[in-house]
Amino acid sequence: MTPARVTADHNPLRDPRDKRLPRIAGPCSMVMFGVTGDLARKKLMPAVYDLANRGLLPPGFSLVGFARRDWEDQDFGKIVYESVKEHARTPFREDVWRTLAEGIRFVPGAFDDDAAFDLLAATVADLEEQRGTGGNVAFYLSIPPGSFATVCQQLERSGLSTPSEGSWRRVVIEKPFGHDLESARELNDIVGSVFPADAVFRIDHYLGKETVQNILAVRFANMMFEPVWNNRYVDHVQITMAEDIGIGGRAGYYDGIGAARDVIQNHLLQLMALTAMEEPVSFDAHHLRLEKEKVLSAVRLPEDLSTGTARGQYAAGWQGGEEVVGYLEEDGVAAGSGTETYAAVRLDVDTRRWAGVPFYLRTGKRLGKRVTEIAVVFRRAPHLPFTDTATEELGQNAVVIRVQPDEGVTLRFGAKVPGAQMEVRDVSMDFGYGRSFTESSPEAYERLILDVLLGEPPLFPRHEEVELSWRILDPIEEHWGRRGGDPDQYEAGTWGPPSADELMRRDGREWRLP
Amino acid sequence: MIVDLPNTSTQAVSKRLVKLREDTGAMALSRVLTLVVVVDEAEAEQAIDTANDASRQHPCRIIVVVTGNRRGTARLDGQIRVGGDAGASEVVVLRLYGPLARHGRAVVTPLLLADSPIVVWWPTDAPKDPSADPVGAMGQRRITDASRTSGKPRTVLGRLASAYAPGDTDLAWSRVTLWRGILTAALDQAPFEPVTEATVVAAPDSPSGELLAGWLSARLRCPVRLAQSRRGTGIISVRLVRDSGPVDLVRPEDGSTSMLRQPGQPDRTLALPHRGDAECLADELRRLDPDEVYEDALTVGLPEVGSGRRSATEAVRAGAAPSPAEAEKDTRRLRRAAGAASSSARVEKLPMPEDGASSESVQQAAADRLAEMEEKRS
Repeated sequence: MTPARVTADHNPLRDPRDKRLPRIAGPCSMVMFGVTGDLARKKLMPAVYDLANRGLLPPGFSLVGFARRDWEDQDFGKIVYESVKEHARTPFREDVWRTLAEGIRFVPGAFDDDAAFDLLAATVADLEEQRGTGGNVAFYLSIPPGSFATVCQQLERSGLSTPSEGSWRRVVIEKPFGHDLESARELNDIVGSVFPADAVFRIDHYLGKETVQNILAVRFANMMFEPVWNNRYVDHVQITMAEDIGIGGRAGYYDGIGAARDVIQNHLLQLMALTAMEEPVSFDAHHLRLEKEKVLSAVRLPEDLSTGTARGQYAAGWQGGEEVVGYLEEDGVAAGSGTETYAAVRLDVDTRRWAGVPFYLRTGKRLGKRVTEIAVVFRRAPHLPFTDTATEELGQNAVVIRVQPDEGVTLRFGAKVPGAQMEVRDVSMDFGYGRSFTESSPEAYERLILDVLLGEPPLFPRHEEVELSWRILDPIEEHWGRRGGDPDQYEAGTWGPPSADELMRRDGREWRLP
Repeated sequence: MIVDLPNTSTQAVSKRLVKLREDTGAMALSRVLTLVVVVDEAEAEQAIDTANDASRQHPCRIIVVVTGNRRGTARLDGQIRVGGDAGASEVVVLRLYGPLARHGRAVVTPLLLADSPIVVWWPTDAPKDPSADPVGAMGQRRITDASRTSGKPRTVLGRLASAYAPGDTDLAWSRVTLWRGILTAALDQAPFEPVTEATVVAAPDSPSGELLAGWLSARLRCPVRLAQSRRGTGIISVRLVRDSGPVDLVRPEDGSTSMLRQPGQPDRTLALPHRGDAECLADELRRLDPDEVYEDALTVGLPEVGSGRRSATEAVRAGAAPSPAEAEKDTRRLRRAAGAASSSARVEKLPMPEDGASSESVQQAAADRLAEMEEKRS
């Protein structure tokens, strides 16, 4: 009996049929910049703990925090502990915590301080020796894009960005990926000059959500949806991402950016690409991106941007049971700011499949409720063998993919109302993710962080996609800038300005009530 | 809500289920599978609790078949639990008495969910041939638990192996998933050398240890030996021997913190907790296709495993297995070296660190720490 061969690509203990075996990342450490931020506290650190708790982090995994604070390791440990206690999804286990805590380090420093980055380099080297992280490091830049250049240069200067033989360095950046095409390119050049393209992971946390991945499963694993997924049957598509909150304390970031750049450029265009793309040859990163890029490059803007787009700004009003101030009265917003908090746009996709089917994208803050959904609305049946009165209440059929909250899929179709008369009315059939599967599906960030550590990129948008999205959005922003004037005001707690309803009405359609 | 239906029929149970659904809304409509639990009275409650827990991840209808006294007249007692008493599932408990006790299939059939998979679970003694059992034959998947089936683990597993049919699986197998994951990840790293020999140290009453050894033998195609630790200790250690030195994964008796040791690498501690039944059951419900890897471990690998009567101490003395006592000592040493207060009780006592600092003090801190570190290095 000769023992099974072991090579870098062939591990005899791995078997494609073994679906139980967890994908555990190889030895590595993670350096987190911006650990004092909200995202790090509420999402990233809890996600790291949850991964550890699920046994998916490698033995010896270490977490290094970097911030402009005069802290010791144990102070940072306390920060991680508190955030885990409060926000982790999985229960607290003492031994998991202890193992994680042993690998927690903190580096005090400002981004422009050479000594701080030398200390970081020494800390990383030390961890490699002490805890066997194998020289593999992921840098998570949870910081404003303005600081990317400094940090990247520092990483290069201190030798942190160059992996030794047989190890890897990866960098994770969060949206926004620039604020227009030009700045996106600049940003890409900065990061690209230090890290090779396949080491850059752009996180769009929406893409880590189960329901978003489910769009692909619904479309391509089933027989019953794809045949009607085209302009012969589909009338139009509405993609909505509504938030009920205002800008909160984010005025500094939000003012001057606005809803379109903040949401449409990344989340909504990605959802649209997944909804509209052709079937990929396979589900690996390369083929998925090819199809998404194809769709994004086929997007056509409305000829008249003043009627094909709408923007608004929330005014004071009652949101649920609470009286809230308007955008202009929020702390930190420039007087007379023209930043939009609501944006709606009609897009067409110039392909055989989608010719003549408009995609309506809308997003806003302080809307009726928090909801994200994709509604594929079908044409009416060409002939109804009923009397007019029988089908008066019948709407258009729809497949609605609910991304959040209450993730799932709804089908809307007509059914007979019980009784002696023939009367058809809309009913909905519901698939709730939480009801059919797990109550505790992993957080998007868990999946994404694990993918970074494993080096699996399918869920991360590539720079080309980012560029294509900006190509779509830039003319709209330019148009809004050129036309000047302030966005239309809408009362908080409503579904956007009248101009957005006008946009739909001109096409003979109306917004769904999500 | 718990509804008792003494001395009843399956039609009445079925009717009541529909009525409950109408009263409380569409609760059973998106159930994805039926879990049939075959158990005796003494173990019933615990099994229901475990199944409820697991159903939080996989909402299902749980049908519990409790076999009561086989003497006397045939009688069926039903009980329906929904809402708070049933986790994310609906539970139907059927107690069978008299001649009916032999006909579990007859009472289960009318209550199965339409067009969805059926999983059968025997929390304790499994039938000798699960797929030939009348209830077992209905299931796409049959879950046994060798650790709670009476008999020596080797004998029980041998019986399961000779009766194996696609869809069979065992909770003792899901209990070793974490071990398998860590060992696999260890072989993903350099040096890439074949494993020439392996030793698993486990308690003589642990079928999980046997299955782990069987899996290693089937996958690595090298001699795999078992050594016995004290009863009730579960799996203690695995050693994979390679030319450059052994890979050791040790979990000392006391608990859940383990150590991974590889040549040319620092020792690493990791959490390797004992997995609860509910977690393992939920794992089993996640996939409903045959588990070929389990089949290989059970039917191909396990017969090859040497079951020498060597005790763990002898194995350690002979240098075939790592010493758990040493690993424990090293774990403690690593803990101390890590320095920072790591136990939650100590972290809890720390004050919240100050938010905000002057640029100078941060710069000074960085410079000081760097100097300190460089000194330590040189």
